[in-house]
Amino acid sequence: MNATSVDEEFNPSVHVYEPHKAGLPPLRPYFRALWERRVFAAEMSRTGIRAANTNTFFGQIWLVINPLLLAAVYYLLTQIIAGGSTRQGAAATFAHLCGGLFVFYYFQGAVSTGAGSVVGGGKLLMNMAFPRMLLPLSALRTAFFRFLPTMFVYAVIHVVVGGPFGFVMLLAPVFLFLLTMFAAGMSMIFAALQVYFRDTASFLPYFMRIWLYLSPVLWFAEVAPEKFKPFLPFNPLTSLIGGWTDLLVRAKMPPLEMWIGGVIWAVAALAIGSLFFMSREREFAVRL
Amino acid sequence: MSSLSVSEAEKKTMSNTSSTPAVRVQDVSITYRTTFERVPTFKTAIVRFGRGERAIREVKAVQNVSFDVDHGSTIGIIGANGAGKSTLMRAIAGILPPTSGRIEVHGRVSTLLSLGVGFNAALSGKENIVLGGLAAGLTRKQVQERFEEIEAFAELGEGFMEMPMRTYSSGMFQRVAFAVAVHMDPDILMIDEALSAGDAQFKTKAAAKMKELVENSRTMFLVSHAMSSVRELCNDCIWIDKGKVMMRGEPKEVIDAYTHFLKVGATEAVSLEDL
Repeated sequence: MNATSVDEEFNPSVHVYEPHKAGLPPLRPYFRALWERRVFAAEMSRTGIRAANTNTFFGQIWLVINPLLLAAVYYLLTQIIAGGSTRQGAAATFAHLCGGLFVFYYFQGAVSTGAGSVVGGGKLLMNMAFPRMLLPLSALRTAFFRFLPTMFVYAVIHVVVGGPFGFVMLLAPVFLFLLTMFAAGMSMIFAALQVYFRDTASFLPYFMRIWLYLSPVLWFAEVAPEKFKPFLPFNPLTSLIGGWTDLLVRAKMPPLEMWIGGVIWAVAALAIGSLFFMSREREFAVRL
Repeated sequence: MSSLSVSEAEKKTMSNTSSTPAVRVQDVSITYRTTFERVPTFKTAIVRFGRGERAIREVKAVQNVSFDVDHGSTIGIIGANGAGKSTLMRAIAGILPPTSGRIEVHGRVSTLLSLGVGFNAALSGKENIVLGGLAAGLTRKQVQERFEEIEAFAELGEGFMEMPMRTYSSGMFQRVAFAVAVHMDPDILMIDEALSAGDAQFKTKAAAKMKELVENSRTMFLVSHAMSSVRELCNDCIWIDKGKVMMRGEPKEVIDAYTHFLKVGATEAVSLEDL
């Protein structure tokens, strides 16, 4: 359980509950309990998906149609209304848009479902002791399984527009993994904030939309206006999504800064997010 | 002890440490800071900040409480509403951390607390039971094994286990909740006001099951306002008022003192404490 154990190696059933210093639970038993309950997080996400009917035929179709329509809308917005002023070809731009947008919606989905996971888990939280971090992690799993079908769509688009192929594409999952770590950290921060400020969920979509416009999804990083370029590395998604689209869409090796930036942002977000969440989680039961 | 289905390791601990109590609560205080807003939002936080108000209120739910509970005893916790009974139960179950003091729990705890179980009404009874079991730390196999027993014990009627829980009546909710709590193989079972909606037949069945658990040297905490069930089921009793232990002892004596106190009012609390 969510507790310190004395001599836990020998005596797994003894728990000691004491006030913790600086709000953090003892980390080793915490992560051990977290690992032991991973089946719970998986089952929670699975039943959640089932309850939302996403495993039915039309539920799955919707998961594909929704991002496609979004891609069409943004394509319209950036190409036709802007007068097709980008230097790249229309097809390549569309592929880049889809590759970036699909993964961005994975990120957005993970953060927004994660943000609601603790408040939504109300009664379970009030009645059982378990590492609360399982809730945002379970939401992350849900978001990932909602993202997977869009990858098949992307594969089709990539072939249809005649995108380049290369062995470096096999490295793309590395950036997906880094983005997942980053999303986990962000969703923990927002999940904890949501407990204190219930309107976080209503302002999150706007925050996310602005973030989308600031990230190299609708535009290519190299066509950014000169005066904004110095600020790009401060957006974590520049390296995380930029690296992903470089590898997947253009089959080219992203520059070293993107690798370093991606790793730094992912590790930092996960560390800060999880520490913040853990330091707050014991208070959730009285705040719900 | 052979009838116990606890694991080997736990059995060993129990026999080795028969002198240690199941639950040891040492000078525990729980103060929590909570907001008095109905829904805390960022907007109200800003408005309040502008006015220089504080929305946090400290609630001293439990104050300097100490007691030991031995293995195999059934302890009734009584007290007025808001006395801190549920908070204390949550602290022993590890849901709320104590603000000061120390709680030692020997054994697996299964809780059936006042708000019902962590049931998601959109999911079926079966899915909820599986989720609850996994959250309690059982493996998928263990949950599957227990599911049949739980289903048989709850007696919901044909097909209800597969239906979403929003179609259940409140009595059915409690049947499932109780069945889950007692079938988690707990060493320590905590029941907080959980049988109020059950019908007479189920209450009898539940009481029999609780007696059976206690006979198998399980420890049980029973929070109740039904004095008769405390008198019947418990062999020990604690009366809590305003976060403090007022009295501990034989259920009959404690209940008598408590009912007397309720009639007389809080002014004579001091003299009653000396009883």
